[in-house]
Amino acid sequence: MDSGPAELEFDAEIPFTREHPAWATLKRLFHHRLFLFGLGLFGIILLAAALAPWIAPVDPTKLAMRFKFRPPGADFAFGTDNFGRSLWSRVIWGAQLSVIIGFSVVALNAVFGTLIGALAGYFRTLDNGLMRVNDALMAFPAILLAIGITAVLGPSMLDAILALAIVYIPRTARIVRSSVIVLREMEYVQAAVAAGAGHWRILRRHILPNAMAPLIVQLSFLFAYAVLSEATLSFLGLGAVPPTPTWGNIMAEGRQYMIEAPWIITIPGIALMITVMGLNLLGDGLRDVLDPRLRIQQ
Amino acid sequence: MIPLVSAAGLTKHYAITGGAFLRRQTSALRAVDGVDLDIMPGETLGLVGESGCGKSTLGRTLIRLIEPTDGTILFDGADITALDMKAMRPKRRTMQIIFQDPYGALNPRMSVEDIIMEPLAIHGAKGDAATRALVADMLRLVGLPQRAASRFPHEFSGGQRQRVGIARALALKPRFVVCDEPVSALDVSVQAQIVNLLQDLQAELGLTYLFIAHDLSVVKHISDRVAVMYLGKIVEIADKRTIYAAPQHPYTQALIAAVPVLRPQDRGRGRRTRLAGDIPSALNPPAGCRFHTRCPHVMPICLTLEPLLRTTAAGHKVACHLTESPEETHKWKRK
Amino acid sequence: MSLLELRGLTTAFQTARGEISAIEDISFELNAGEILGIVGESGSGKSVTALTIMGLLPQPPARIAAGSVRFAGEELTTASPNRMEKIRGAGISMVFQEPMTSLNPVFTIGEQIMETVRAHERMSTSGQRERAIEMLDRVGIPSATKRLNDYPHQLSGGQRQRVMIAMSLACRPKLLIADEPTTALDVTIQAQVLDLLMDLRDELGMAIMIITHNMGVIAEVADRVLVMYAGRIVEQSPAADLFDAPQHPYTKGLLACVPTLQQDRHRLIAIPGSLPEPARRPPGCRFASRCTYRIEACGTAIPPLVMQREDRAVACIRADELVAS
Repeated sequence: MDSGPAELEFDAEIPFTREHPAWATLKRLFHHRLFLFGLGLFGIILLAAALAPWIAPVDPTKLAMRFKFRPPGADFAFGTDNFGRSLWSRVIWGAQLSVIIGFSVVALNAVFGTLIGALAGYFRTLDNGLMRVNDALMAFPAILLAIGITAVLGPSMLDAILALAIVYIPRTARIVRSSVIVLREMEYVQAAVAAGAGHWRILRRHILPNAMAPLIVQLSFLFAYAVLSEATLSFLGLGAVPPTPTWGNIMAEGRQYMIEAPWIITIPGIALMITVMGLNLLGDGLRDVLDPRLRIQQ
Repeated sequence: MIPLVSAAGLTKHYAITGGAFLRRQTSALRAVDGVDLDIMPGETLGLVGESGCGKSTLGRTLIRLIEPTDGTILFDGADITALDMKAMRPKRRTMQIIFQDPYGALNPRMSVEDIIMEPLAIHGAKGDAATRALVADMLRLVGLPQRAASRFPHEFSGGQRQRVGIARALALKPRFVVCDEPVSALDVSVQAQIVNLLQDLQAELGLTYLFIAHDLSVVKHISDRVAVMYLGKIVEIADKRTIYAAPQHPYTQALIAAVPVLRPQDRGRGRRTRLAGDIPSALNPPAGCRFHTRCPHVMPICLTLEPLLRTTAAGHKVACHLTESPEETHKWKRK
Repeated sequence: MSLLELRGLTTAFQTARGEISAIEDISFELNAGEILGIVGESGSGKSVTALTIMGLLPQPPARIAAGSVRFAGEELTTASPNRMEKIRGAGISMVFQEPMTSLNPVFTIGEQIMETVRAHERMSTSGQRERAIEMLDRVGIPSATKRLNDYPHQLSGGQRQRVMIAMSLACRPKLLIADEPTTALDVTIQAQVLDLLMDLRDELGMAIMIITHNMGVIAEVADRVLVMYAGRIVEQSPAADLFDAPQHPYTKGLLACVPTLQQDRHRLIAIPGSLPEPARRPPGCRFASRCTYRIEACGTAIPPLVMQREDRAVACIRADELVAS
């Protein structure tokens, strides 16, 4: 067989990098400037949320009327609000809440969005039914639907998470479904079918791992939407109940004091902006690195 | 000797749905339309045709990668047309496929070892030393070094990926392999390597091939018999020498005349049998004989009556009204 | 004076691994009415050569590192972008491999041909229409007047390629570069398109540079042939001589590994190995790692392209002795 010479030439041909495609992608990610910047911004918020018990030991709900309306300065880094509560504490603990909500919504989307999207994309018989329900949910503007659901369920953090998850899962499902529809036709999937693979194996080994890229990009943007939507809900009084501080309800309370104490509404707003911008840049970076590569390979 | 693979009236129609709400079927894409075919054990049957002829669909339908709309498929005498997934699974060990696109045929996230091991795992093998030894054997068989096992597809060239695809197809030691344009996407110098490899493997493992390609020269080189397809039907089938020396169907003749000759001195000789016009759409094939719109020898009967595949000589079948009337048979000889 | 003259053309690309030359030291001439075939596999640099001539490579990351391209006496490598725009379409035209992506799907084919005419000649709209109809007729599209209003998706692959050719000829260029014009087409359609190119050359006296990896296409239409490998020319010859008596081991390998309808080969003689990575090219002859005739000296320096006869050249230090044997 003339495989001999072919084997001898192997060395000269391709640099052996011994690299799982995921590593290569990760390396490229960490060279992407916007991604790193976004990661940095979001990282600040994440850090603040994680370290809340240590960096904001003052109880954010503790009233201290003698300190009310102090501007940001030496004693109170972010000033105080109308009840004398430390804004620094409230914003930091609010960060923790936002991050928890963001992660929860993203996690629910990851699980259920993938489940629905994969089922719809892979099993043609389920597609029509699932997608019609999907489309019906997507037809409502996200925020209105969220308001509707929380209004029914009552204001609380858990209900806010549930409402936001219900609102966004259809969109995530659509994205996963698109990937699955494309991947289903790939020849390596056909090869697995030809070898006798069952549906579960094909989904698990071939389709889902390769459908991750657009999903991950979507999830990073979703985090930002979730945080922003939660702020909107609690601004409207539909999220976590005061005195639990969320950026949204801090801003709602601070609205009336915009002239005397503008820091109350401004600082949580800035925190929100940093979070959303950071997540968006992160998502942009992920998209740049993940998607074009996938297109080339496919 | 019974055929290893036998198809009778095999048909694959894709329904084209239209309408805004109810999605009724408005027409059908007749990719494969009533094909009868026998493939004998140990032989290589070449399948040629141009775009839209349905050769790829036929190959995949034969191994039930695509579900047939009608007709029957027999494998080693047993009817496999309607077997459910569970009953099909053991059969799948015996029939495999090699794809055209070396870049889409391998899961980019799986190592070469995992790719080759997968068919074995599907049929119960564990990831133990014995299985790994099998994988090592396959790598040797297709001419890849053992180092390749831990690498990923993107680290290889097209020809090497194709070798991995071949190793995967042969891991279960099948008897029948559909080669769906296995060399068309490769550079010429690499094509020869893979063609040689396929021939060697056939001899060593006693394989039966259905070799699908649009390049007649490659098909002639590797096949024992050749079948020509046009718009979903087989129009001619014969052993390779006959089909190239004395083709009887006008389409086969035109196809052969269109192949460039590697002798510039002989340039221009093929010109007289150039086919005019374009290939009709499979959505709306011409009535009667599907080739009549481009046939240089078209007769009135061709527009209304579809010719059946008839035996004209031992092992030679043609679907053409010309061959049915001896006086009008056009004699065509290769100089 | 020849219509197109390349001397020592070298084009390099900026990559993550530094600057890599895609083509090196390319020199050849093309006269009016001649069909030159450039044959090579992927990575040979044949497309880069064409794109460099046309000035279609974005100048970073590409860079013309050395050499000259003279068209009708004018130097193209230093021409201004404006000047190149005037030359493209009217002086030199190009036809690409994938007609579907080369034609704009939202404009009718008539509109696209007329646009080309508009860009180079002063002509009334009716004059442009007439020229478009004339070109569609010339390339064998039936009912040209009606087809003018068709969109690309309404045509078949072969017809779209004809439309591409019509577009490229609309301003009567002196040179047509066809980059893999029939690779995406079926063999019967390929035959029609190749016939068309030859007829057009006979009628219009145009020069054609046809780039392909298919030796059969070369045999059908080329007068002279350039064989490229890994960015360099390895053999240059009239077509008949190339097929009768190839001199470079790569050319011999190519011809030996292609099955033909005429001959019965028991086994194809494959060229072992594959193309070296551009970033990791060995010193010396780039084909050496795959060459059955290699000797020690092959690894030391890149063999120069040496004229064997007035019209044949080979880049192989053993060419003479291999011919003799």
